Amino acid sequence: MKVKVNVNGTERSADVEPRQLLVHLIREEFELTGTHIGCDTTSCGACTVLLDGVPVKSCTMFGVQADGRSVTTVEGLATAAGLDPIQAAFKEEHGLQCGFCTPGMMLVGSALIAENPDPTDDDVRWAISGQICRCTGYTNIVKAIQAAAKAKASLPANA
Amino acid sequence: MLPSSFEYHRPTTLDEALSLLATHGEDAKVLAGGQSLIPIMKLRFATPGQLIDINRIEGLDGIEEGDGSLRIGALVRHNHLAANDIINARYPTIAKAAPQIADPLVRNLGTIGGSLTHADPSGDLGSVMLALGASVILKSSTAEREVPIGEFLVDTFQSSIAPNEILTEIRVPAPAVRSGGAYLKLERKVGDYATVAAAIYLELNNGSIGRAGIALTSVGLTNIKATAAEASLAGATPGDAAFAEAGRLAAEASSPVADVRGSAEYKRHMVDVYVRRGLASAFEMAGA
Repeated sequence: MKVKVNVNGTERSADVEPRQLLVHLIREEFELTGTHIGCDTTSCGACTVLLDGVPVKSCTMFGVQADGRSVTTVEGLATAAGLDPIQAAFKEEHGLQCGFCTPGMMLVGSALIAENPDPTDDDVRWAISGQICRCTGYTNIVKAIQAAAKAKASLPANA
Repeated sequence: MLPSSFEYHRPTTLDEALSLLATHGEDAKVLAGGQSLIPIMKLRFATPGQLIDINRIEGLDGIEEGDGSLRIGALVRHNHLAANDIINARYPTIAKAAPQIADPLVRNLGTIGGSLTHADPSGDLGSVMLALGASVILKSSTAEREVPIGEFLVDTFQSSIAPNEILTEIRVPAPAVRSGGAYLKLERKVGDYATVAAAIYLELNNGSIGRAGIALTSVGLTNIKATAAEASLAGATPGDAAFAEAGRLAAEASSPVADVRGSAEYKRHMVDVYVRRGLASAFEMAGA
C-alpha cells in the first residue's frame, strides 16, 4: 500500500505492507535510524516519535496509519542553525549515558515543553514515565528537560 | 515482531466500517488505539485476515452530557478522558482512573471503546464502568443495541460483541447531586498492570448511603462487580463500620491468583484496604 508521510517537514512516500510497523517504515524505508527499537512490546519508549506533535510508540502503530500525517523523529530536532535547545540541554546536563533512550526522552521532553513551558520536577517525571533509561540516568534527564525549557523561554519569540 | 499478513481497510464513515464487518465477520478485527490489539497481533495471539482501522471515522470521539447520562465516544483517548472538563467536574471515578491507565504515550493512542472491548480483567475502565452502572452501544449494519457493561464483559478477553458489531459509545448515568468517586490502583511501576485496583462510586441520600458502586481490577477472570459489598452499603450510615464491612465483602468477592505481583492473600487484603479507603475518600467528596 502506498503511503505519504510528512517526515520532519519533508513529504516522503513509500510502498509498504500493512503489517509493517511505523518504526520499520521510519528506519528501513525512510532510513532514519535515530528512532530505536528497544523492547518491541510498548514498554520502553525507545521508539517514540511525535505523530502530529503527540508522542507515540512507533512499535505499536502500523506505518499505514501514519498515511497523510506528520511524523517528527529525533533527526527533525536540529535545524541548520544548530542543535535544538533540548539537544543542547541533554549535552550540557549530561542527560545521556549510552544514548539508547535519548531520542525518545528528547522528543517527549520537547512535546512537554511545547505544552508546559515551565515544567516542575514532577511534571517532567510524569511526562517521561513511559520511557525507560536502563542506565538509570533519570536525574540528569529531568534536569536537562527543565534546562531546555528555561533556554527555550529565554529565546526570542517562537524560536 | 511482525504480525501475520492482513488486508488493511480505512473506512471514513461508520456505515462503511459496518458494511466491511458485515462482509468479513469473524475474519476481521477493528483497530482503534491499537495499544492492546497490535501487541497481541505481534505475538500472533490474534491473526485477523482483515483489519478495519476506524481512526479516521469522524464523530466517534465526543464527550457530551445530556438526558441524564454522559455519552463518551468509542474513540476517546485515555488522555482526553483525563483532560475533559465535564469528567473532571462530575465523574471522579473516571477522572481518577484515566491518568493511571498504562503510561502517557499509551494514553495518547489507547481508546475507551477499544479498552472495554478488549475485556482484559486487568483493564481499569471495565471496573470504572461497572461501578458507575454504565452501558455500551453496539451497532451493526442492521441494528443497534444497548448492553449493560456487566453483560458486555463476559470472560477474560471476551466481550459479548458480535463479529459484525462496533462499539460506538459508552453511556454513564449522571451522578447524584451528593456523590463521590475514587479509583485506587496498586501497581509496581507506571505502565504495569494493576496488582489490585478498586473503582468506587457512592451516593448520599439524606445522610444515608444511596446507591454504591464497587468494582475490582486484576483479581478475577473479569473485572468484578462486588455486588454483596454494594448491597451492604445501600441505606447504611456512612462511616468506618459500613466501609469496613464493604471492604470485607469485596475481598470475599475477589478471586486473585498468586503471580510476580504478589500472593493471592496479599491481593485479597489489598482489595479490602483499597475498597475501605476508596469509600472513605468518595464519602468525603460527596459530603463536601
